[in-house]
Amino acid sequence: MDFLTIIQVLDSTIRLSTPLLLACLAGLFSERAGVFDIGLEGKMLAAAFFSAAVAALTGSVWLGLLAGIAASLALAGLHGLASITFRGNQLISGVAINFLAAGMTVLIAQDWFAQGGRTPSLMGGARFEPITLPFADALAGVPVLGPVYSELLSGHSVLVYVAFAAVPLTWWVLFRTRFGLRLRAVGENPAAVDTAGVSVVGLRYAAVAICGVLCGIAGAYLATALQAGFVKDMTAGRGFIALAALIFAKWRPWHAMYACLLFGFLQAVALRYQNIDIGGVVIPVQAMDALPYILTVVILAGFVGKAIPPRAGGEPYVKER
Amino acid sequence: MDVMPKWADVVLIPLISLILAAILSTLVIIGIGEDPVAAVRMMVSGALGSTYGWGYTLYYATNFMFTGLAVSVAFHARLFNIGGEGQAMLGGLGVALACLYIPWPHWTLALVFAALAAALFGAAWAAIPAWLQARRGSHIVITTIMFNFIAAAFLNYVLVNLMRPQGSMDPATARFPEAVHLPTLHELLAPFGIAFSKAAPANVSLLVAVAACVLVWLLIWRTRLGYEIRAYGHSETGALYAGISPVRITMIAMLISGGLAGCMAINNVMGEAERLVLNATEGAGFIGIAVALMGRSHPFGVFLAAILFGFLYQGGAELALWTTIPRELIVVIQALVILFTGALDNMVRMPLERLFLALGRNRRGTAPAAPLPARTHPPSVMPKDGREEP
Repeated sequence: MDFLTIIQVLDSTIRLSTPLLLACLAGLFSERAGVFDIGLEGKMLAAAFFSAAVAALTGSVWLGLLAGIAASLALAGLHGLASITFRGNQLISGVAINFLAAGMTVLIAQDWFAQGGRTPSLMGGARFEPITLPFADALAGVPVLGPVYSELLSGHSVLVYVAFAAVPLTWWVLFRTRFGLRLRAVGENPAAVDTAGVSVVGLRYAAVAICGVLCGIAGAYLATALQAGFVKDMTAGRGFIALAALIFAKWRPWHAMYACLLFGFLQAVALRYQNIDIGGVVIPVQAMDALPYILTVVILAGFVGKAIPPRAGGEPYVKER
Repeated sequence: MDVMPKWADVVLIPLISLILAAILSTLVIIGIGEDPVAAVRMMVSGALGSTYGWGYTLYYATNFMFTGLAVSVAFHARLFNIGGEGQAMLGGLGVALACLYIPWPHWTLALVFAALAAALFGAAWAAIPAWLQARRGSHIVITTIMFNFIAAAFLNYVLVNLMRPQGSMDPATARFPEAVHLPTLHELLAPFGIAFSKAAPANVSLLVAVAACVLVWLLIWRTRLGYEIRAYGHSETGALYAGISPVRITMIAMLISGGLAGCMAINNVMGEAERLVLNATEGAGFIGIAVALMGRSHPFGVFLAAILFGFLYQGGAELALWTTIPRELIVVIQALVILFTGALDNMVRMPLERLFLALGRNRRGTAPAAPLPARTHPPSVMPKDGREEP
């Protein structure tokens, strides 16, 4: 494996990590506030469809992004309604949202475009174009650092940079602002937050809304930057890998980024090589597919450091009368 | 628990949820520019209008009975088993191994042992998440989701690399021998002079599924183990106080649940495809969630809900065949049913409770300065482990 191949694999790692990272941070906000969200997948899928559809119809990728976020927010609102207002089962609500998105996207796609549940291919301004960072071309000739900068770091779409910028931002919001403190508190001990005169319901809705926006960006990235258009079930389990990454990172932003990069790397390797031969032992591609899930189960089992979720996670809050 | 009469809880709430789901589905059909009346008529005639339609409806219903029962048994122990899909996949592997590598003299023997193999493999796949939940406190919803994906990757590997016959491009096992062919309803009913479609896949495993419904009812409501499972589901501390071991109940409930999900394979793998193909389960494991929620985790409810979903699946296939409405309409209906009967249960329940409270007060004459209705679902029993009131 030469240097250029490594750069290429890492480059596709970044591309493939981006949707995972956005969805993972989305789940981080929601679960830190005590609302479990296994509907990340569905929200991403809905966002992917609506961003691609609106981008295809208007020719503007930015309108597409907005539509994607709006679709994801609508589903997030539904999740909030079910799990916060009506104190329903958050997990069942998530399952319902995943199916709702899986069915509705194909249904609407068939109705609007009649192409068997896909959108037309996006071209030109309907897609996010790669951004060339300053001096990328000039520095390309420099040995080692040149390719790293011009090939690996430069040349991604703007959403990739947004995703990685969201990591420190998430950390800052959660651990350095009053809102973040309250948000974390509401996931650990909502009664205490309530006693302090802060609205538990309001905070949880805010967290679910942030989750919706981030999932919306993740879905839009999938359909308008990573690929050129929507196809049926295009999220392909990414929402669940993001969930796995969230647990793997034990609900911490920086670790979420490392986990998503790791899982993105596994995807990139699986995409490039079918079977990997390490000293005579052949690792089948299916093992690479399953590895994120296996790692998460191992982490959940608590053999390698214990993953402890926010204490009030999954429990609806009932104010005492 | 006495705000509402029992019949309202068992019949009225699911019915209203179903009607809400139906109204929204109708709006969806109108929204994509189709005629809902014509669509429903086509679904009914396609799924129930002929023995061919019935054959498919009952074939799907058989799958959903197994997976619905699987989810229900876990629900009774306040465990949310999302892993029915993976457990059913592994059940398929068990059936395939039993059918391909053992020369069975007759299908009856093959059916018994294939069902045992399916249950064993399904239970084994549920055992690890169950043990992790019981011993290590790992959230069973997350682990069973992960195990679905691991099962898919594992089966993919097994079918592509190990069990695919030489020279075949298809990632599937060889065809099962003729001796293990399960009689279809056509073959079963012919001796009685009843004509049933030859082409429909419904087979003898329908009877196994119905028997499983009865057995699960006996288990949950007529045995000591069932009592322990329900007691544990209602209150872990209460069960602990009564000397019921949480670890034991979690393991047993999940093993039974996984076994039931695995048993689905005698229908779809042994009865219909007669070989193991990739993605043989086709999402039936997830439909089990909707079926269990709608059937209120009662075997009879599961039986009815499974037939309803069987009807929806066959009707949806007919719609996709003859109109421009894609099959995914059924996924939407399924989502709405899960949403209303599961997640938004309180939305239907709260106004009804108020209604019954008002009625009760009128009957008693004087209205006491009524406290607001006590929630029949104390939120403490709602989720945590993803549990729905059985």
